Amino acid sequence: MTDHSQSPDTQPSKHAGSLLSPSPGTIKRNRAEARFKGYGIAAIAVGLLMLLVLVFTIVSKGVGAYTQTFITLDVELLESKLDKKGNRNLDDIKKVTTFGYAPLIKNAFATKLEELGLETDLKAKDQAKIVSKSAAAQLREYVIANPDMIGKTVTFKFLTNSRVDGYMKGRVSRESIAKDKSISVAQLDFVDQLVAAGVIKKTFNLDFILGADASDQRPEAAGMGVSMVGSLFMMLVVLALALPIGVAASIYLEEFAPQNWLTDIIEVNISNLAAVPSIVFGILGLAVFINYMHLPTSAPLVGGLVLTLMTLPTIIISTRASLKSVPPSIRDAALGVGASKMQSVFHHVLPLAAPGILTGTIIGLAQALGETAPLLLIGMVGFIASNAPDSLSSGLLSPNSAMPAQIYEWAKRADPAFYERAWGGIIILLVFLVTMNTVAVILRRRFERRW
Amino acid sequence: MNDMTFVERTVDTRQTKIAAKNVQVYYGETHAIKDVNVEIEDKTVTAFIGPSGCGKSTFLRCLNRMNDTIDICRVQGDILLDGEDIYDKRVDPVQLRAKVGMVFQKPNPFPKSIYDNVAYGPRIHGLAKNKAELDEIVEKSLRRGAIWDEVKDRLDAPGTGLSGGQQQRLCIARAVATEPEVLLMDEPCSALDPIATAQVEELIDDLRQRYSVVIVTHSMQQAARVSQKTAFFHLGNLVEFGETGQIFTNPEDPRTESYITGRIG
Ligand SMILES: Nc1ncnc2c1ncn2[C@@H]1O[C@H](COP(=O)(O)OP(=O)(O)OP(=O)(O)O)[C@@H](O)[C@H]1O
Ligand SMILES: [Mg+2]
Repeated sequence: MTDHSQSPDTQPSKHAGSLLSPSPGTIKRNRAEARFKGYGIAAIAVGLLMLLVLVFTIVSKGVGAYTQTFITLDVELLESKLDKKGNRNLDDIKKVTTFGYAPLIKNAFATKLEELGLETDLKAKDQAKIVSKSAAAQLREYVIANPDMIGKTVTFKFLTNSRVDGYMKGRVSRESIAKDKSISVAQLDFVDQLVAAGVIKKTFNLDFILGADASDQRPEAAGMGVSMVGSLFMMLVVLALALPIGVAASIYLEEFAPQNWLTDIIEVNISNLAAVPSIVFGILGLAVFINYMHLPTSAPLVGGLVLTLMTLPTIIISTRASLKSVPPSIRDAALGVGASKMQSVFHHVLPLAAPGILTGTIIGLAQALGETAPLLLIGMVGFIASNAPDSLSSGLLSPNSAMPAQIYEWAKRADPAFYERAWGGIIILLVFLVTMNTVAVILRRRFERRW
Repeated sequence: MNDMTFVERTVDTRQTKIAAKNVQVYYGETHAIKDVNVEIEDKTVTAFIGPSGCGKSTFLRCLNRMNDTIDICRVQGDILLDGEDIYDKRVDPVQLRAKVGMVFQKPNPFPKSIYDNVAYGPRIHGLAKNKAELDEIVEKSLRRGAIWDEVKDRLDAPGTGLSGGQQQRLCIARAVATEPEVLLMDEPCSALDPIATAQVEELIDDLRQRYSVVIVTHSMQQAARVSQKTAFFHLGNLVEFGETGQIFTNPEDPRTESYITGRIG
């Protein structure tokens, strides 16, 4: 200031020239900026394109799993086959195995053909083969549940064999089955006849979403339902353990613990734990929970415990970050009016940090939901065939699977029909993940406060 | 010491509320307060003045142990409140802070409603038996904070939605609501317009009837207007402490004189 008044500036201004014509420097600078924007837009475009390809692939490959081919047949529940003594004794009825039911299905085909006036060269045995192997079991279950229906004719909707299903979905063609022993061209012709007559139809398949996994020979019957229950149980365990432990640990570390070498070490270790590959947690769970503590293998409880270990660092890190983001002046204000440390934390800091904590927890849960590797090690990839009410009541200690493990299991099996189901399962998993992340984003937007 | 205060009380002179003896404060290696001795009287407004960074806030925060929250901060020496050492091991700083309230340099209302901001202190200390009493305390405090007329129709609105000056007065109301015996104010008027400043100064004068008030200020005029005693800090030292009139008209130390006349700072 004083310098200026004493020696008036004699040098010309450094910014000579009209404002209306940009200087060379400005032009160069603006070009660089435009180029940088271009790179950014290109990067985003590439990202979006990849996302689009991903979503398109998953949906186009997986959507087939949600429809299934069914055949409608009227089955006469012959007393002579099912209850020879005729006294409707359940123990006797149960003695008839699924083999005993196979002839009923053959008969049903015969009556159907007669009723429709259709002609075929196919032998009765081969006709019945277009029906899923689960059909006999379905019949048997029905009869055991309703023994008084024996002797009557009942209309059933059976799953067709996965080859027939594949034929309906365009996966299987007359050429592709040249070496396939489980289906012949004649059978496909027969299927065409039945489709034309409206006996075979492709409809939405709720059982894929709610049902249990099925054995290698019956991909048409496999569903995600039981593994969803397994995942649900595990998430409950993770939520019940990781949230309170994680939040308590972070509050202690962030608000109460003194700053010394011990807390520094703890801090570094928590950050490191977050980067530990999940399979390490899996083998740890195998060693500690199963081999040492003798918890049952394949149980959602063990899976939940392992995933808790994995989720804890995520929750602790995000909770600490959101506690840190609460301005210290709020703590000062509370202490200044005579609140205790604990009151200042629980009355003021925690409510402000809550949205961040919840977001972190949900993201941690979503991570755990999609985790596969540790589950393989503790054996949660079994095939569990119990259906909805049973699977729900089976609880935390009986063997179960989980969604990602189920998908892995299907992808591993040889039959292409399972492959389609793996993609279908991925859709369900993604729907869960996207929902959880959306909830997290909404929570954050909703409760975010600004100072 | 106890006997002395007792004697003083009976003769009803202004008694010492807070006595600081040989107080040293360190932030890690930094020696922020160097051997400060000062006696703050009851029913008196004491002003702390001095250039920026000289340790006014630091010393003020020693008086209600707000420095405890800073890990690297160490306080040595004795600070007595009514003859009791507030740094004694048996003293619970929470109890101390209920007695020695504080208004901070930067307004820091809770992100809650205006009502809850003021009611928080009385609530946690159990000062109100019922809702009606609490309402009364809130209204009285807001009036004393010179902000009642502006907020009486929107007590449920968030305190953080007020203007900076209003927030500061809300913070004053919040501090007053817990009925402290000593009120520490760190530049309470730095965000206020002249009208609000005048109101706060009036409030300070009013508070003096019952409490001891310590105010940090950068405004010489304000110190001269509201305080009876003034302490001048410089580089962590208490350079001069005495009657406000004497400090401003006839300072003993040359450093005080140059600060007041605007040559250092
Ligand atoms: N939390 C802290 N950690 C380390 N040093 C600190 C801390 N707070 C204050 N100091 C140091 O202590 C000294 C005194 O600071 P203080 O805040 O008390 O000054 P002040 O007189 O209140 O200044 P102002 O008028 O600008 O508010 C300064 O040198 C400052 O750098
Ligand atoms: Mg200060």
